[in-house]
Amino acid sequence: MSLALHLPALLVVVPLAAAAVAFVVGPRAASWIALVTGALTAALAAAMAWLAVTTGPVSYAIGGWGAPLGINLIADGTAAVFLVLVGVVGLAVTVFATGYFRPATADDPGPGHGMFWTLWLFMWASLNALFLTGDVFNVYVCLELVGLSAVALVTISEGAEPLRAGMRYMFASIFGAMTYLLGVALLYGAAGRLDMRQLAESLDHSVAAQTGLALMIAALLLKTALVPLHFWLPSAHAAAPAPVSAVLSALVVKGSFFVVLRLLLDVMPPGYLGDARVLLGVLGGAAIVWGSLQALFQQRLKLMVAYSTVAQVGYLFIIFPLAAAGGTVLPTALLGTLVHATSHGLAKAAMFLAAGMALKRYGHDRIADLAGAARRTPVLAATFALAGVTMMGLPPSGGFAAKWLLVGASLEAGQWWWALVVVVGGLLAAAYMFRVLAHFIADPGDRPGPVGNLKPLRTEWVPLGLAACASLLLFAVPLLTRLVESGTAMVGAGVIP
Amino acid sequence: MSRPSRTLPALPGIVSLAVFVVIVRAVLSIPPTGQGLATQVSQAADSIGFKNRVTAVLLDFRGYDTLLEVAVLMLATVTVLSLREEPCVLRRPISRRATAVLATLNKGLVPLAVIAAVHLVWIGASQPGGAFQAGAVLGAASILLALSGFARPRWVGRGAMRATLAVGVLTFLAISLLAIYAGGDLLQYPDGARKTLILVIELLLTLSIGVSLAILFLSSASAEDGVDR
Amino acid sequence: MSPAIIYSIAGAALFAVGAYGLLVRQHLLHKVIASNFLGSGVFLVLIGLGRRSDGPSSDPVPQAMVLTGIVVTVALTALALALIKRYYSATGLTTMEPPEPEEGAR
Repeated sequence: MSLALHLPALLVVVPLAAAAVAFVVGPRAASWIALVTGALTAALAAAMAWLAVTTGPVSYAIGGWGAPLGINLIADGTAAVFLVLVGVVGLAVTVFATGYFRPATADDPGPGHGMFWTLWLFMWASLNALFLTGDVFNVYVCLELVGLSAVALVTISEGAEPLRAGMRYMFASIFGAMTYLLGVALLYGAAGRLDMRQLAESLDHSVAAQTGLALMIAALLLKTALVPLHFWLPSAHAAAPAPVSAVLSALVVKGSFFVVLRLLLDVMPPGYLGDARVLLGVLGGAAIVWGSLQALFQQRLKLMVAYSTVAQVGYLFIIFPLAAAGGTVLPTALLGTLVHATSHGLAKAAMFLAAGMALKRYGHDRIADLAGAARRTPVLAATFALAGVTMMGLPPSGGFAAKWLLVGASLEAGQWWWALVVVVGGLLAAAYMFRVLAHFIADPGDRPGPVGNLKPLRTEWVPLGLAACASLLLFAVPLLTRLVESGTAMVGAGVIP
Repeated sequence: MSRPSRTLPALPGIVSLAVFVVIVRAVLSIPPTGQGLATQVSQAADSIGFKNRVTAVLLDFRGYDTLLEVAVLMLATVTVLSLREEPCVLRRPISRRATAVLATLNKGLVPLAVIAAVHLVWIGASQPGGAFQAGAVLGAASILLALSGFARPRWVGRGAMRATLAVGVLTFLAISLLAIYAGGDLLQYPDGARKTLILVIELLLTLSIGVSLAILFLSSASAEDGVDR
Repeated sequence: MSPAIIYSIAGAALFAVGAYGLLVRQHLLHKVIASNFLGSGVFLVLIGLGRRSDGPSSDPVPQAMVLTGIVVTVALTALALALIKRYYSATGLTTMEPPEPEEGAR
């Protein structure tokens, strides 16, 4: 089947074309286009993962030129994991959003004057492009595309706070993108190449190359909101409408993290910026502690979930100080990181969608005033509970599998302190999750009950489904293992001696 | 308005200075003889008949970057449209009426601008020029028309505007998919039709870019901006 | 000092000034201008690095990168300005936080 060869390109082109078409046809048809495209793109991602497992990693040369002249897409197992995550969460969010937003009529086109669907499809296309690209300048364009669609989707809500949060996000995004581009400039000046694989082969230990990579990684840390560069995230993720917050926390922060993963594991020659890897781990640990503590004291549900994202992002960076250890440490840590990213994506999306439903049903998202939700809106409470299982790391959830793998990798590398950080993080997550659940179980007193009834099939069962997937992800670990083993196309150029 | 700071904030100042020093040190450490891609690009561009190396890089070798960048521009325009306070687009002219001076100026300038835009696209293959430059000229001409008080003709409605905005991206996508249909990879132009396809893409991109720039400028006009009616 | 080095150092200076402006200035329009400084700085560094060789032709790849970057910057600047305009008409403010400290109503 020759079309299968072009899956990487289709994963970008299909949602992009759909976005443009959705813009032209107007708001009423746009939601249907989004649903169809969502299903199609998710299927394409699954097909690509299947191919990655059966035939191994693929490098797709756009324009037929190939590096160094042209741009290559890298379709390997690691990218496939993220692409499938984008597909699943994206499809779920699309279905949810068709129920969450009022259907478009002639005089009320919907959020953003009916342009939500166009903007969302642009975001989807840009996420796919970011996970597939193998060229460092193309990463810049994809980062700008993702950042721009994220800001667009945040500011779609009415009111001053989304605008303020969106502007803060936008300035942070611009600063990050420009710093990243400066790094690319230095890298090109030092090595004369933009393709990731060729850079891995031709980078030497020059000052310019190390500075360039350092700038790029610093910029990506800003975009991934790693402590202390996380200042823009909580307000942006909390102020956005629920489907948008779900995508931002579950997918967008993983995009810039993925580029850090590629740069540090695949592109960077050994011995570069050695101490910086430990610094990344330390910042990750700080993120886990700081984010969890902040989440513990939040009064509003969406802010609590946003700070939880800040904390969970920290787990993703524990792989870097472990990467230089030999043996099976790196594959185990990589698998743990990917399992964590996947399960966090599913569970966090579920939490934000549920928080959005709480906002709609109760009219507010103050945690204390959501008392009694377990009895009044049981599906909502169950979604939170299941998502909490993953956050805390209880078996058989993906969170448990991820923590197990990371702890194992740390102990094997002899760096037991990271294992301690992971365990403490689980305890802190339990603290902030139990606090919310305790309120849900409590007696409501005379607090007003839920109002309205918004298409419960889509809007309540979809998040529950996502959370359920996350809490059963332990059973999917063998499949993920096969995906990871069938290649990062280049892992080995960097770190495994 | 913004308060001038009395004491220069120390930490951002130190950070900026440090950044400057770091970058200069990195730049000065690069050996002066280039090892970039210039020779490879020249050879490849000659083999496909493009004298303008930059256009060859933009639309052929790294056409994927250009595709995404055009998507960025369209996305920004869609976002600005979604932020409007009133849902309708460009309902009324910006300023009150076209005075005689402005009308005469526009009668000469705007057709010249259109010709200049087409010329820029046409010679883009061999001399500096191309879709973005031409699109900027077209955009400027549209803004000039709007600022001079010309009313929007009836056929430029919401549908026409949306279609023109999207046509650049859609054409680019269609032709890149056409390459797959013709047996190559994405954006791998069939050898004989290369120049024609690139010209078609550039012409339609020019149109879209011009409309984008005009919308980006004009869409922020609100009711209080001294408008008639 | 070849022109290439001068461009690159000037670009670095612009970038540093832009970073300072973006971090320190409160007025939103000043932040947008500072962002443009950042962009121009990076583009100058790119052009400078492309002109290094003494040969006749400068490297076209950095030029293409700068063209792409300029278009992206224009798009972002336009969006930032539209956001500021919308924010201003919604709140009457030109800075992110209101000038005098106040407890935000929750």
